[in-house]
Amino acid sequence: MNTSDVTKEGIRGERPGREAITGAADVVGEEQRRRRGGRGRRGEATRVPDAEFRSYYGKPIINQIVWEAPDVGGYLFLGGLAGASSVLAAGAELTGRPDLARPLKYAALGAISGSTAALIHDLGRPERFLNMLRVFKPTSPMSVGSWTLMAYGPLAGVAAVTSATGWFPRIGRAATLGAAAVGPLVATYTAPLVCDTAVPSWHDGYRYMPFVFAASAVSAAGGMGLATAPLAQSGPARRAAVGGALVETAVSSAMEYRMGLSGEPYRRGRAGAFVRTAKALTLAGAAGAVLGRRSRTASALSGAALLAGSACTRLGVFHAGKQSAADPKYTVVPQRRRLAEREAEGEAASAPPARGPGD
Amino acid sequence: MDGENRERTGGGGPERVGFFTDTSVCIGCKACEVACKEWNMVPEDGLNFTAMSFDNSGGLGADTWRHVAFVEQREPLGFQEPGVGRPGAVDLGMPSFELPGAASGADERGEFRWLMSSDVCKHCTSAACLDVCPTGALFRTEFDTVVVQEDICNGCGYCVPACPYGVIDRRGDDGRAWKCTLCYDRLGDGLEPACAKACPTDSIQFGDLDELRERAEKRVEDLHEAGVSSARLYGEDPSDGVDGAGAFFLLLDEPEVYGLPPDPVVTTRDLPSMWRHAGVAAAALLVGVAATFAGRR
Repeated sequence: MNTSDVTKEGIRGERPGREAITGAADVVGEEQRRRRGGRGRRGEATRVPDAEFRSYYGKPIINQIVWEAPDVGGYLFLGGLAGASSVLAAGAELTGRPDLARPLKYAALGAISGSTAALIHDLGRPERFLNMLRVFKPTSPMSVGSWTLMAYGPLAGVAAVTSATGWFPRIGRAATLGAAAVGPLVATYTAPLVCDTAVPSWHDGYRYMPFVFAASAVSAAGGMGLATAPLAQSGPARRAAVGGALVETAVSSAMEYRMGLSGEPYRRGRAGAFVRTAKALTLAGAAGAVLGRRSRTASALSGAALLAGSACTRLGVFHAGKQSAADPKYTVVPQRRRLAEREAEGEAASAPPARGPGD
Repeated sequence: MDGENRERTGGGGPERVGFFTDTSVCIGCKACEVACKEWNMVPEDGLNFTAMSFDNSGGLGADTWRHVAFVEQREPLGFQEPGVGRPGAVDLGMPSFELPGAASGADERGEFRWLMSSDVCKHCTSAACLDVCPTGALFRTEFDTVVVQEDICNGCGYCVPACPYGVIDRRGDDGRAWKCTLCYDRLGDGLEPACAKACPTDSIQFGDLDELRERAEKRVEDLHEAGVSSARLYGEDPSDGVDGAGAFFLLLDEPEVYGLPPDPVVTTRDLPSMWRHAGVAAAALLVGVAATFAGRR
């Protein structure tokens, strides 16, 4: 008798391996199914009772941002301050306001040095900072930003040093104008930098963030001008401070509102505290800049409030990003909604046309 | 960004390879996690008890390149009997100090399923981590996988929030970003990745992506036929938000239940628009500041 397991039909007693169907189907009775349906389809994994979404034990979907708040908050704030200060300084120089131009040039150099230092300090391997200049990648805002800093830093440095020493006035003038040309990019590239991530509260605000950052930068530079320049020459700085402050407050409020669910972190927790503080300081600074325009002390205090407000705006954005990364709700709910919309669209497209082809 | 074009390595290179992780046959043994750690010399990342399930590694990160998720649900496996076809099987339920089934009524008994799934880097066709890397440390290999060059990475951390799946992370004591390499060193020698090699049930299948996709389609059909209506593929579609993943899955519940995003979109898809908005904002800054000099004082 043949005892081999190999038969004409295949191997006898062979295990199904990865073809295995894990369990027998349709063994649950109809009644049991209905009962289960009434109880809802929630699994054990759903732990958040107030929102309609499911998750893996409430754990976040995306990994938490590894950047440090002082480093990246400082990097964003100081970059904005530097860029806008250079623009304001060039305008002051061209319109014969040397006592406004000079401190702003110093501020630009100091701020961009601080911004670069914060960026390097935040690296996991600071000694490898120069690897940033291995490649130029338009797909990476950090690469574009590194090259922008490389172009801007020396210009801001030459502008400040020639202003301090009085040497090479023509080179100084050229550097001042060059820094003013690159400055707006320095102030705004950080918005695509934070928005080009999977962090919901950053990515979803990408249409507004560059304007928030630009206005916040102008407000800070105006504040710096108010704090450092004499009243006789600080007119443009005052107007920049007030205009920047108003636009910043309006656009950031619009952003938080228009983002929907992703705007929620801007009103909660630490981010909410920073955002509220930023708005209070910025509006107080703007009011002080207008009301205290005849007082050097009041102007300086208003300038300081605007600078602090700008820093708080950036810290608010940073913490809102962290909070939205920490909660799976902000990742899952909008994506679910998107899927549902696409499904509804697909059903509408595949449905027979309501009217005949004649119309 | 065209998925079809990006999927083919030009000039007769090797076929695109990837993983098909069939979670319906995963038994949660974590051999993949161990094999990955051993082969790639990934450091230990805490022998923790997470207290939520038998999951002790929590999620993917710098030191967890394969992560086995354990989902416990009071739900039968798509209208299936949990006793795998044997009549009269007793459901032991969730681990507890009580007698099995003592706490729940008779109705609840037998309604329990355990979903296990080994997660890994998706090696996206349009990979955000690779796009945003400012140093070029992340690159696409000849196998169309995405790998970090640890001798170049300066630990800027940009790839970490860029990944829509939460895969790549920065290692604390080392400062650099780490993730699954799809065993790049093994692929070069014609070997399959360590996790797929170690998987005892072939839940992790490695091979040419096209072939894996066909196999996966067939598997879903078989499962649906057998009544497992909840079986679905995740990440296999080349027209999805990341233009198709190099590692895709067969799941038995919604992706978010396993800690996966339901509809991830690569963030750099919106980058051209972001640059345009930033350009307009920069111009507005310039014009706005220039306007402040229009006054008298």
